[in-house]
Amino acid sequence: MTADPTRLAEPPGATARTSGGVLRRLRKDWWIYLFLLPTVLGYGAYTVYPLVASWWFALLDWPGFADQGTFIGIENFELLFADGLFWNSFRHSLVFLVAAVPLRVGLALFLAILLNRKQTPFKGLLRTLFFLPVVTTGAIIGVAFTLLLDGGGPISLALVKSGLLDSPVNFVADTGTSLFAGAAVWVWKWLGITMIYWLAALQTIPQDVHEAAMLDGAGPGREFRYITLPLLVPFLVIITLIDTVGALNVFDLMYTLTAGGPAFSSEVIEIFIYRTAFGASVPQLGYASAAAVLFGLITMGLAVAQAVGLRWARRATGGMK
Amino acid sequence: MRRAVAGGLARAQGWRRVFARPGNTMTFLGLLLLGVMWIYPFIWLLSASLKTQPEIFGSGLGLLPDQPIWENYARAWTTVGFDRYFLNTVIITGGTVLLIVVRSALAGYVLGRYKFIGKKVLIVVFVVTFFLPEGYTIIPVVQLTDQLGLLNTYLGVILGLGAGGQVAATLLYAGYFSGLPKELEESARIDGAGPFRIFAQVMLPLSWPITATVVILNFLFAWNTYLLPLVFTLSEPAMRTLAVGMTAFVGEYSTDWSGLAAAAMISLVPVMAVFIALQRKFVDSIAGAVKQ
Repeated sequence: MTADPTRLAEPPGATARTSGGVLRRLRKDWWIYLFLLPTVLGYGAYTVYPLVASWWFALLDWPGFADQGTFIGIENFELLFADGLFWNSFRHSLVFLVAAVPLRVGLALFLAILLNRKQTPFKGLLRTLFFLPVVTTGAIIGVAFTLLLDGGGPISLALVKSGLLDSPVNFVADTGTSLFAGAAVWVWKWLGITMIYWLAALQTIPQDVHEAAMLDGAGPGREFRYITLPLLVPFLVIITLIDTVGALNVFDLMYTLTAGGPAFSSEVIEIFIYRTAFGASVPQLGYASAAAVLFGLITMGLAVAQAVGLRWARRATGGMK
Repeated sequence: MRRAVAGGLARAQGWRRVFARPGNTMTFLGLLLLGVMWIYPFIWLLSASLKTQPEIFGSGLGLLPDQPIWENYARAWTTVGFDRYFLNTVIITGGTVLLIVVRSALAGYVLGRYKFIGKKVLIVVFVVTFFLPEGYTIIPVVQLTDQLGLLNTYLGVILGLGAGGQVAATLLYAGYFSGLPKELEESARIDGAGPFRIFAQVMLPLSWPITATVVILNFLFAWNTYLLPLVFTLSEPAMRTLAVGMTAFVGEYSTDWSGLAAAAMISLVPVMAVFIALQRKFVDSIAGAVKQ
């Protein structure tokens, strides 16, 4: 994008942009800035400003949007660190990540490999089936699964009939299962899109690599282990990153499925923030902002870690060639 | 005609060859079983929307309703206010998609084709904020909207959904525009067209494939989004979207599950229709966005 500075706005002959400096360039490029104006204004107000403002809000005791907050320094953070419910939600988000993300990434890869094979019949139909929940509203899926996972619902009934369960279980209303029920529904909903990512990744592998492996007598297992997998590592990092951020943004599904309950057993960080800021009768906007700041830092940390991982993976696969 | 028959025959023989290998058949059956797990909740929801309240839980695993109760749909549509929620969703989705297309196309065009002071800063800001979770920004976004007096308005929700974020759309446009030959613009400039005419009459029409992708992806995003419309309409139930109205339904009519299922179907139909009509385009555009 930056390799060839095709400055089309410049009339021929005026290519020497040595002197005259910044002001003249700004004046000449005025229309460029006009083109950028909607994005700069919108992005500034709705993304960059919130990013900065959250830090300020986190230092306030602020009971509602109508009021002015009072500055209390880092007191919110001190309270947050001592708040068992915050750490509870923090732990749930981590458990959710560890349980659901590998399942989603792994199962999707498995499906994509099967659906990428020439011999697999009805690929289009199967792809559509797996993709259907992706286009469905998360809130609807949450509401629908409160019924499906109910003690009298079809999933519990089927498990009892097949002998896998002794008595009906309401997965959503049980403190031991609610978080994992949420994770399972989340994997179910988003598997299709991760599968499409993987299919796109698989299609970047040239066909002759596959043929060469066949000629060398490699079976499907060895071919996957030594050829496909190393080529997929950079994609693995980026797909895991996308899915991880998705897992942290699980609000709509979790909120409509369990609302964080029962007894906070499935409350993840986003629900904690929502409950503190908007769900309580006395809003604690400063306190919720402090939680949001910590949440943002965690996300950033994960993103940076994976970006480093991606660079490492690129170098490793680059070194192999 | 003969060719069609021959094609059908070849396909039939092809299938026979595929299923002749037991491995292929096993794979297919396994995938089909998994596929049933993916479609079952939708069929169950459809069936629940046509059942009576006691029948939903009383009929066990049976999917066929004794007698389809179409009144469930009428009830969800009028009594609970889903007609209004539907209208709200259409307006908000349309406005959001339009805003995103216009501003991303404009920004993507200059980012993709020109060098200017501040470009690097812009790109760095985009990259840093790319993965920002919605829960992080929601409080300042509400505060800002409140100060602008836009809470509980369509414009407020549309700005909240379409003005920030959506870096991907801008980058898709930038990537596409940077690949177009520059002769296109040069000849237009010789004809005396200024940058605005070149953009509107030459570049924008050329970017149709990307516009389609951006429209599809953001239609999905705006139609299904939940947290922001929920928070923006807490004090004004009439402004709810379908997704938000669904939850309110649970609260106010906590026993009316058949009406709820019908409401869910009403909300699903437009998305499903768009998805099935544009299926190839959907999948291709997501795959393309990933490869970028």
